[in-house]
Amino acid sequence: MIHSLFLINNAGDIFLEKHWKSVISRSVCDYFFEAQDKAGEPDNVSPVIRTPHHYLINIYREKIFFVSVIQTEVPPLFVIEFLHRVAEMFQDYFGECSEVAIKDNVVIVYELLEEMLDNGFPLATESNILKELIKPPTILRSMVNTITGSSNVGETLPTGQLSTIPWRRAGVKYTNNEAYFDVVEEIDAILDKSGTTVFAEIQGVIDACVKLSGMPDLTLSFMNPRLLDDVSFHPCVRFKRWESERVLSFIPPDGNFRLMSYHVNAQNLVAIPVYVRQNINFFETGSSGRVDITVGPKQTMGKTVENVIVTIHMPKVVLSANLTATQGTYTYDPVTKILVWDIGKLNQQKLPNLKGSLSLQSGAPKPEENPSLNIDLKIQQLAISGLKVNRLDMYVEKYKPFKGVKYVTKAGKFQVLTVPSHV
Amino acid sequence: MSTSSAFNDEKGGSSSAGEPEYGHDPASGGIFSSDYKRHDDLKEMLDSNKDSLKLEAMKRIVAMIARGKNASDLFPAVVKNVACKNIEVKKLVYVYLVRYAEEQQDLALLSISTFQRGLKDPNQLIRASALRVLSSIRVTIIVPIMMLAIKEAASDMSPYVRKTAAHAIPKLYSLDPEQKDQLIEVIEKLLADKTTLVAGSVVMAFEEVCPERIDLIHKNYRKLCNLLIDVEEWGQVVIINMLTRYARTQFLNPNINESLLEEGGEKAFYGSDDDDDDDDDDDDEEKKAEAAALAKRKPYVMDPDHRLLLRNTKPLLQSRNAAVVMAVAQLYFHLAPKAEVGVIAKALVRLMRSHSEVQYVVLQNVATMTIKRRGMFEPYLKSFYIRSTDPTQIKILKLEVLTNLANETNISTILREFQTYIKSMDKDFVAATIQAIGRCATNIGEVRDTCLNGLVQLLSNRDELVVAESVVVIKKLLQMQPEQHSDIIKHMAKLTDNIQVPMARASILWLIGEYCEHVPKIAPDVLRKMAKTFTNEEDIVKLQIINLAAKLYLTNSKQTKLLTQYVLNLAKYDQNYDIRDRARFIRQLIVPTDKSGALSKYAKKLFLALKPAPVLESPFKDRDHFQLGSLSHLLNAKAGGYQELPDWPESAPDPSVRNVEVKDSVPEWTKCTSRKERKEKKVEKPFYSDSEGESGPTESADSESDSGSGSQSGSEESGSGSESEESEEESESEEEEEEEEDEEEERAKKKKKVDKSKPKKPESAESDQSSGEEQKRIRKGGKDRRSGTESESEDESESESSESESESEEESESDTDIKKKKKTAASKPPPKQTKKESKKETKEMSLLDLDDFEPTPSPQVTPVNSFLSNSLVTDLEGLSLTDTVLAPTTIAPSSSVRLYELLHRITGEGLAVEYCFSRQPFSPDPHMVAVQIQFTNNTTSEAKSLHIEEPKLQSGMRIKEFPEIEVLPAGESVNVVMGIDFCDSTQAANFQLCTHIRKFFVSIQPPVGELMTPAFLTENEFKKEQGQLMGMNEISEKLTLGEKCQSEHVIVERVTSTANLSRVPCGSDKESRFAGKTVSSGSLVLVTVTRKDGAGALLTVNCEKMVIGTMLVKDILQALTQ
Repeated sequence: MIHSLFLINNAGDIFLEKHWKSVISRSVCDYFFEAQDKAGEPDNVSPVIRTPHHYLINIYREKIFFVSVIQTEVPPLFVIEFLHRVAEMFQDYFGECSEVAIKDNVVIVYELLEEMLDNGFPLATESNILKELIKPPTILRSMVNTITGSSNVGETLPTGQLSTIPWRRAGVKYTNNEAYFDVVEEIDAILDKSGTTVFAEIQGVIDACVKLSGMPDLTLSFMNPRLLDDVSFHPCVRFKRWESERVLSFIPPDGNFRLMSYHVNAQNLVAIPVYVRQNINFFETGSSGRVDITVGPKQTMGKTVENVIVTIHMPKVVLSANLTATQGTYTYDPVTKILVWDIGKLNQQKLPNLKGSLSLQSGAPKPEENPSLNIDLKIQQLAISGLKVNRLDMYVEKYKPFKGVKYVTKAGKFQVLTVPSHV
Repeated sequence: MSTSSAFNDEKGGSSSAGEPEYGHDPASGGIFSSDYKRHDDLKEMLDSNKDSLKLEAMKRIVAMIARGKNASDLFPAVVKNVACKNIEVKKLVYVYLVRYAEEQQDLALLSISTFQRGLKDPNQLIRASALRVLSSIRVTIIVPIMMLAIKEAASDMSPYVRKTAAHAIPKLYSLDPEQKDQLIEVIEKLLADKTTLVAGSVVMAFEEVCPERIDLIHKNYRKLCNLLIDVEEWGQVVIINMLTRYARTQFLNPNINESLLEEGGEKAFYGSDDDDDDDDDDDDEEKKAEAAALAKRKPYVMDPDHRLLLRNTKPLLQSRNAAVVMAVAQLYFHLAPKAEVGVIAKALVRLMRSHSEVQYVVLQNVATMTIKRRGMFEPYLKSFYIRSTDPTQIKILKLEVLTNLANETNISTILREFQTYIKSMDKDFVAATIQAIGRCATNIGEVRDTCLNGLVQLLSNRDELVVAESVVVIKKLLQMQPEQHSDIIKHMAKLTDNIQVPMARASILWLIGEYCEHVPKIAPDVLRKMAKTFTNEEDIVKLQIINLAAKLYLTNSKQTKLLTQYVLNLAKYDQNYDIRDRARFIRQLIVPTDKSGALSKYAKKLFLALKPAPVLESPFKDRDHFQLGSLSHLLNAKAGGYQELPDWPESAPDPSVRNVEVKDSVPEWTKCTSRKERKEKKVEKPFYSDSEGESGPTESADSESDSGSGSQSGSEESGSGSESEESEEESESEEEEEEEEDEEEERAKKKKKVDKSKPKKPESAESDQSSGEEQKRIRKGGKDRRSGTESESEDESESESSESESESEEESESDTDIKKKKKTAASKPPPKQTKKESKKETKEMSLLDLDDFEPTPSPQVTPVNSFLSNSLVTDLEGLSLTDTVLAPTTIAPSSSVRLYELLHRITGEGLAVEYCFSRQPFSPDPHMVAVQIQFTNNTTSEAKSLHIEEPKLQSGMRIKEFPEIEVLPAGESVNVVMGIDFCDSTQAANFQLCTHIRKFFVSIQPPVGELMTPAFLTENEFKKEQGQLMGMNEISEKLTLGEKCQSEHVIVERVTSTANLSRVPCGSDKESRFAGKTVSSGSLVLVTVTRKDGAGALLTVNCEKMVIGTMLVKDILQALTQ
């Protein structure tokens, strides 16, 4: 299956290579570089590249290309999904999945890769299992290790591999037993100039941080499970219970994990928390343009909208911007042509406004395209879909755990068009 | 001293983050020298007796490997540490070994003994890790050691070690493909493993080593389906992909008779599986069991195994793993009935919100699916709308999907959406959008004009690329109906002044030339302008100028003669030889001279022929011949190791190959002592690998289309959940239903007692009886449309019927494990399902009906006497052939045995080959039909080394070749015997017959009568067996006996010559009875001929395999009526 893996940074350096079968020369990456040149943007590099003898399947994450070498037929998603899993594991282990972190922990990285694949076939990809095999680095441990020369490899081999619950390690013990669930929803929307919703839907996830001793069996139920249109689960969730009773019943992995992802259908009216009044004009003469944007709260269910950021990709001919913001700060990057207005908290009384002029490249024709606005925002203590956790019950174990649920709403791909509606 | 100082130095070096002292380029000389030095230090550290030093050295070596630097010269120093006690050092040494062993084979051998010791370690994890490393060392010389280790590990107690063994198989295979046969044996063994841990890995090994051996899957099919949900994600992907292929070879196309499925009907008794419609029609004509008549209405019924696969994969659409979701999606796309494929759409749309790489792959597959099944994704149209932040490659794929989804109703929405795309800054994307508009216009007639107008408007766009792309698309659209659009052509003619993009200019010129009759005034003027700029044009434009000139010359020579000649003259001296050639050729063709050839007469026809409009097709058209989700599909080219997705078989191979034998079923019942106990168990191990939590809900999970959970599990919590759900839909009231459940439970308990009290009772006999009961019930259910359960409760023989259920379930699962047992029990729907479903959509019902029939007796549980006779026969074989077990007997060809020609003397170039079915047991394999082959050498020279090559067999079929004939002297003949397992089908076995010089393609097709061997029954046994093979398993036919065969004697002779049956004694002289069983699966075949007054007679065949039965009826009928 997966023959080799090369990690390549943005500058084109191959800073790590790992082979699971015989060694493949890193010159195979030349084909990748070629494709990268052609694509320009890292996003546009085809995930699957064909070379005379191999296929390169790659992902781009955290400014690193994970390029895997494949020799024979394999479902591309299999490899892509696996590579993302590797990246997530680095994230999990080192707190970030960056070139520096990988280089600093190269031995652990190598051990991880060794455990995750055997002969190119995934072996252990569950974080709980891997952490038993290879301990994640902590400051304390690395200090102790340097002094005593002891290892970060688990002395005892994990039992999870052998149990019927492969995602949970055995013998978990905590003095404070706690289980936290974060319901995080993102609004994906396209609004047109007049504020009409062209398209809106809600993506949600429930991330869990469960630190419970023993083998707890949890049941999480919702007040309104019918809201959920489409769901996907962590393997620990018993699908049949969900199907029959609409409750999440599971033995959790230890630590952080994503319990479920869900989707709330566009049919259920999606509340749009903000409105944007905007006017971006380019003049035929005088090589200039004008910007006037106001953002205000709309359906916020009484909560405050925070962390509002407006991002605009300006046309290439826009050289600079001379604007005034009544609230927050703005920056315009003349290289990437991105205007960012960081507003912060929305104030109902005094609506933030950004106004001013743009100067265009002289002589260039008026840009045809109308840039669209991307909005970022955050609302604490609110799941915009109205989803509510009813209760969390624990079985099997006797102790009383501390339980908590947190709701957050964010903007996902939230776009405001500067052209009139077309629906 | 030196060691420690070196260590300190190194420490200092390595702790200063990064790697300043390691050069980046090991090739440069300076660094080489320092390399040596450093490596010396490392060696010293490795030789020290401090683990911490060793560890430090190993860490740095591994870091070197990770950076791709050569550390091979450290091999001897590292390998010494393979036996190091420190677990981390050991691990890193393993990493090193696996990387460099291939390069340093001799030294690597030093480490082998350590691993061999590890293989015997009492700790399973150490055994596994030893095997893992041992098998990863790519050193050919240790192949036998690896083989031995794998074999041993494959029967290890620990499933984890067995899993490692499965992983090791492809490693060994890639090292030495010669080992294939032995490895297949190991795979076969591991496939039978029942733990989820092993399943994924062994199927992966199967796919890498012997994907063609689909027959190995038969016995494990149901188990794999049932385990699937508990297998880890990666294994799920591999198993699902493999099962897709398997299903394509074993089941019938569910969409084959869509129209017929619509018109509903009653239950279909016929196991769809191998129904040959023709046969049915022939026989069904007059008197047939009621069931058979019903069956005729329903030519397709899904094999229950096929349904099982669909049902068990569906929950996985909810997996978090995109690869699993995709695997299920492709399975549904390739295997599910059309009406059910829709369920995958939502899941695929969900994947579109994942990482862009995932989106990319999913969109590619969605694009292919939308061509075949547009309706499926239409509700999700908006999910494919393009965002300005999407990467270009994603935009283009979404555009493709949107275009495929466009139809009359949604086109206006889509076009409006496209309009906004055209304003995008991403020019590649704009160009693709224009192409997409063109495609919508060609596909949907209603909007063609709108699109055309829109595109024409784009001609005044400021961006030249947009204009150029529009021109190209307009050109294609205009070709469809040029006469109506001369003003567009005029408009475009004006554009030649402004547009500089060669392709667009060329397109305009071509258009003007092609439709010069519609623009008679403008065309010459355009040519004039072009002639002026000719020398500065690009080549493709020049060619089109010549083209335009030629066409104008032919239609309007008065005005353009001089211009044309001018252009041709310019072209004559062009630098490009293509243009010079074209000019020369055209001049000869169109300008009439005295020498001009015959062709010039046709010049006008040649140039102005009506050209077919181009078809704007999706690049994803027909891509679905690649298995979706595969790399090959993505690339639209076969990748190495790709396994073709086979076409559906015409008629399904024998489904009974998937039946699994039961070893002892009675004790199982005694094991599940009480309901309480089971419940307790459930609490302890709530779901994993436990069937209870699982099985019930599996059913209820898709209770809409599928059946609820089964019979006995009704007493369990989960089961009752689904049961009650059902009951709402049932005509009976809920309470009654519950009572029923209780009753059932009690019955089960009672039954248990009964079992205990007479444990010696032969299981098969019991099942006999009970399956007879079941038959009854089924028929009853078929007649009066009442719930099976209800009728059951009223039935006087309740307990038996409930028993029958359990029995029959056991038949299909060999699992001795009680939990497993229950799982299967639950997965079989109880008969009452049928009723519920039948009230619903008819189609659903038909699919379920079959489930209902699964419990009909399968060959493994054929009645006692057949078991006896079976063993008797084998015993006898053993006796008669003690000396030559492997040499099958040949018989002297007698008149009674019919000879078939395999190879004619002439086609065989002197070698004549005939074969006959010797009707002798084939001793090397009792499941094979013995075929005696006679070679006759009619040439004057010797034929040497006669043997068989390359058998091409239907899956499941096997062949046992005859030993090679070394020499066949001229003029002589020789007889040999080979065995073929036809899998109880009359499909031909194809193979090559080879001599030392030639190869001949030949095939052997058995008459149905040769697929059986005699079975020896008493009259009573016969009657009992017959009693069980009623209903759809019975086929009777009235006939008029031929003149010569009215006596019993002749009838017996005719029947036995047609089919290899034995006679069964019979009290009545009007009746003759015969019995046999099929060779491959041992299904009983019973034939009765009853003479009536005069020449009338009734022929009855009872056989569980209905195809065999119908075919046999046909053959015997023919023999008797002649």
